Amino acid sequence: MLHVKNLSCTRGERLLFSDITIALGAGDCLHVRGINGSGKTSLLRTLVGLSPVETGEIRWRDVNIADSAMNSELIYLGHDAAVNGDLTALENLQFAGAQFGLSLSQPILHDALQRMGLKGRENLPVRALSAGQKRRVLLSRLLTQPANLWVLDEAFNALDIAAGELLTQLIKDHLARGGIALLTSHLPLKMVDILVLDL
Amino acid sequence: MSLPQSSLMLVVSVTTKRDLLLAIRRKSDVLVSLFFFIIVVSLFPLGIGPEPLLLKKIAPGVLMVAALLSTLLGLPRMFAADYADGTLEQLALSPLPFGLLVSGKILAHWLVCGLPLVVLAPVLGLQFGLDGETLMMLMLALLIATPLLSLIGSIGAALTLGVRSGGALLALLILPLYVPTLIFASGAVEVQMVGMNANGYLSLLAAMLALAVFFAPWATSVALKIALE
Repeated sequence: MLHVKNLSCTRGERLLFSDITIALGAGDCLHVRGINGSGKTSLLRTLVGLSPVETGEIRWRDVNIADSAMNSELIYLGHDAAVNGDLTALENLQFAGAQFGLSLSQPILHDALQRMGLKGRENLPVRALSAGQKRRVLLSRLLTQPANLWVLDEAFNALDIAAGELLTQLIKDHLARGGIALLTSHLPLKMVDILVLDL
Repeated sequence: MSLPQSSLMLVVSVTTKRDLLLAIRRKSDVLVSLFFFIIVVSLFPLGIGPEPLLLKKIAPGVLMVAALLSTLLGLPRMFAADYADGTLEQLALSPLPFGLLVSGKILAHWLVCGLPLVVLAPVLGLQFGLDGETLMMLMLALLIATPLLSLIGSIGAALTLGVRSGGALLALLILPLYVPTLIFASGAVEVQMVGMNANGYLSLLAAMLALAVFFAPWATSVALKIALE
């Protein structure tokens, strides 16, 4: 479904990566590895269309991503928590859904936050939560927004062991449903049958 | 993507609702620009002293310049927080049209920073000894001018996103673009004061607003996408 051909990226004078070719189909998971500054985030941002493609081509369902409807099937979670400190966890999750074109009901929102271990903290302003809990608010989107393509940048950052295992399980379930996942992480993933790309 | 009109407003309301809720949570931000407007306008009668004719003559200009500066004060906030915490990135990746989501943010900025000025202006106009009809015209001119200020300003706010000392740069960039709005809005009030018909000025303002409603969100979303690259 996702095809990348001869992709390269330069930042300033520096060539970050070149001739990246990826082909991912239903149920595939790609773990992008590399040292700090090797271009993992740049690669993911280019793949979702935030950064322009310099050379090469990215196709989603055989259509160039600029013209494709990939955004309606995509969840991209970046470095930043993308939650607003003045809103509660519930409101943040609700607005995230609304931005996706979904109007989520209260039970669905509560259920997702509870699964992410935020029960009792739904109505606290997010600024009162810890870094790991903020990440959990962000990751709740994986439960509320249906998407075929998950692009997770350093998703395991700031998570404790239990939350890390929960996320691993979520990704496995997603793959079993025929989804695609692309992730970067410095930790070895506790999953079998995953593709690895070393930058 | 073509959308029926009802869902068009629905998309706009997504970001408007969120930003209005945030404005309620962070009241101080909003009140600062309102009090700024009140204080700047009130300083003129205090500084010039009891000279009714002079005050009356400068009233339209003073009120419009103050409205313009007060709007400017709120502009850097339009996208800065969302840019910093990654929300803007998520908006850009949304399957909903980005331009409409941006329009929602501009609408929220006007509701918070522009509309209160329209309501406050007649009260402040009394300090300058303006009569009832002139005050009505003042409100009408501001009602058309303030959304125009928010729309034009959004382009500047997007262009200066993530730039060091963006606030000062924003003022330098946007204030010259505010000049036509300033001229026609205060012009409308001035001709009303001398008893002439202000329809021409209002029509020109409204025409500028119609153009801005169409083009400003588009220009702003292009500038935001560049800032996100």
